[in-house]
Amino acid sequence: MTARREQRRPVWMDEPSAVVQLLKIVVIAVIVVVMLYPFLYVVASSFATPEAATAGGLLPTQFSLEAYRNIFAGDVVTHALLVSVGITVVGTVLSVALTVTTAYGLTRTRDVPGSRFALYLILLTMLFGAGIIPQYLLVRSLGLINSYWSLILPGLLSAFNLIVVRNFFMNIPRDILESARMDGAAEPSILGRIVLPLSKPVVAVVALFYAVGYWNNFFNAMLYLNDNAKWPIQQVLNHYVVQGVQLSTVQDVHQVAPPPQTIQMAVVVLATVPILVVYPFAQRYFTQGVLTGAIKG
Amino acid sequence: MSVIERSRHQSAVQAEAPDRRPTLLSRIWRERWMYVFFLPGLMFFAVFAYLPLLGNVAAFQDYSPFLGFRGSPFVGWSNFVDLFSDREALAAIKNTLVISLLQIIFAFPAPIALALLLNSLLSHRIKRFVQSVVYLPHFIGWVIVISIWQNVLSETGGLNHLLQQVGLSTSHLMSNASIFKEVLTAQVMWKETGWGTIIFFAAISSIDTDLYEAAVTDGAGAWRRIWHVTSPGIAGVIALLLVLRIGDVLTVGFEQIVLQQNAVGNDAAQVIDTFVYYNGVLGGNWGLATAAGIFKGVVGTILVVLANKAAKRLGTAGAF
Repeated sequence: MTARREQRRPVWMDEPSAVVQLLKIVVIAVIVVVMLYPFLYVVASSFATPEAATAGGLLPTQFSLEAYRNIFAGDVVTHALLVSVGITVVGTVLSVALTVTTAYGLTRTRDVPGSRFALYLILLTMLFGAGIIPQYLLVRSLGLINSYWSLILPGLLSAFNLIVVRNFFMNIPRDILESARMDGAAEPSILGRIVLPLSKPVVAVVALFYAVGYWNNFFNAMLYLNDNAKWPIQQVLNHYVVQGVQLSTVQDVHQVAPPPQTIQMAVVVLATVPILVVYPFAQRYFTQGVLTGAIKG
Repeated sequence: MSVIERSRHQSAVQAEAPDRRPTLLSRIWRERWMYVFFLPGLMFFAVFAYLPLLGNVAAFQDYSPFLGFRGSPFVGWSNFVDLFSDREALAAIKNTLVISLLQIIFAFPAPIALALLLNSLLSHRIKRFVQSVVYLPHFIGWVIVISIWQNVLSETGGLNHLLQQVGLSTSHLMSNASIFKEVLTAQVMWKETGWGTIIFFAAISSIDTDLYEAAVTDGAGAWRRIWHVTSPGIAGVIALLLVLRIGDVLTVGFEQIVLQQNAVGNDAAQVIDTFVYYNGVLGGNWGLATAAGIFKGVVGTILVVLANKAAKRLGTAGAF
């Protein structure tokens, strides 16, 4: 219903000329192609036969699973994928839990002595960064070098996400929470039974942000993990695809390998698929004012 | 619970504590759960945001990890003197500024233009579809983005195949030092333009449609409506983002650049952050690298404050 109403042209807006219409369509078509073609090309190459991939072309067409078979025959990529999945799951669960509790703890700055000051301290961190070296020295002095925790702890909480969640909480009508308090409900059960069920959209968006951040992060792995055997998928991708270091130096490729390109593209696809799977679930919330409300606030 | 019930509750509570203002301790005890909730998060920021600030003392030391902050000798400002007489450091600062400038000129306005274009579309379905497409690359990490670009633009890549038929080639785009900064800007635009539109959509949707009707009554065409109604409506957001962007003028995507630095060489690709990484973490020149980091932080803070003042003088709200 609403969609149909929004589709109608406002009475005051005149029909744009055919030239303008055509121009808009062309520009938008070009944008969509520029955004999507690289993904299609990568997926097509990863499923192509070695010959089709080297022959070039807009999209290689001869279908083959050779590249994926090759990857799953070795254990470097599979191990790296498992590491990344583990880091992402553990990190996201911890980050979301801590973000939600911290954000809720800072919602009643008037009643809770000191919480306004805490909020300012956290907001202030958005304006400065300690720099790469001090951060590195801290992680090292905490003994986290070569530990998987070095990929989780430094980014455990994001001040931005925290503010997004807090602003969402602030918009929940106070009456609902007050009456629960009158009934003698303690804060943990108010958070768990009332606030969280009302906050699914914002939790979904923030969980996606954290998950994507953990999955995509290669900076921390590059800084803190010297041990190749512990690398997550992004660091393997960096070495094998971006820097072009042969995968065989990290892993045993048996038999006759297809040209690296198809394998490279298959690794790229494997590193991208988890994001493509999660993306649609949170995507519908982006436009619901979850973020923009926070930015304005 | 009904209103009557609630007011009875309230009066019961008041009766228990007649007029006496609760002491600070009792207020804290009453809200103990709230402290349980926010103190761990506050601890996190204390350790991972505030504690490392102390590490900046290394910039004034001949820092050595074996001696630590206490054992390393203090050397005054000499790391900063070294920094500003280091040809490589000055080149890195210059590269950083050039890349930032390119991005402010080309990548900064792109989301505004795209938001205006999408906003002028009437079909909700097309708008939604284009939005889902252009938001997507924001969620793809730089390693994947660079991998994709390298392969699409490689010799056997699809684009090269197409361009060869008109006598052009894409095969050296990604490893060409002389156009590296432009390529970086194009990558940033490809990845972030779509996502950047979100905030402008919000600003545009908050403009009162009465203003458009009034403009039409006064005989304003589509472009005049954009100029006289839409652009004043989003000027505040643009100013805010520009202030923040100027504060980040010495920050240019570390991940994006470090990934491609081997392909184009240091002359084109060394920026402040990569200089810090190579000289500090890899080179062991901790004092010099920390000094470069401090320089970056101080300049950033000063620029944010100045840009904010300028934005306020021009009549917008600024960032703070």
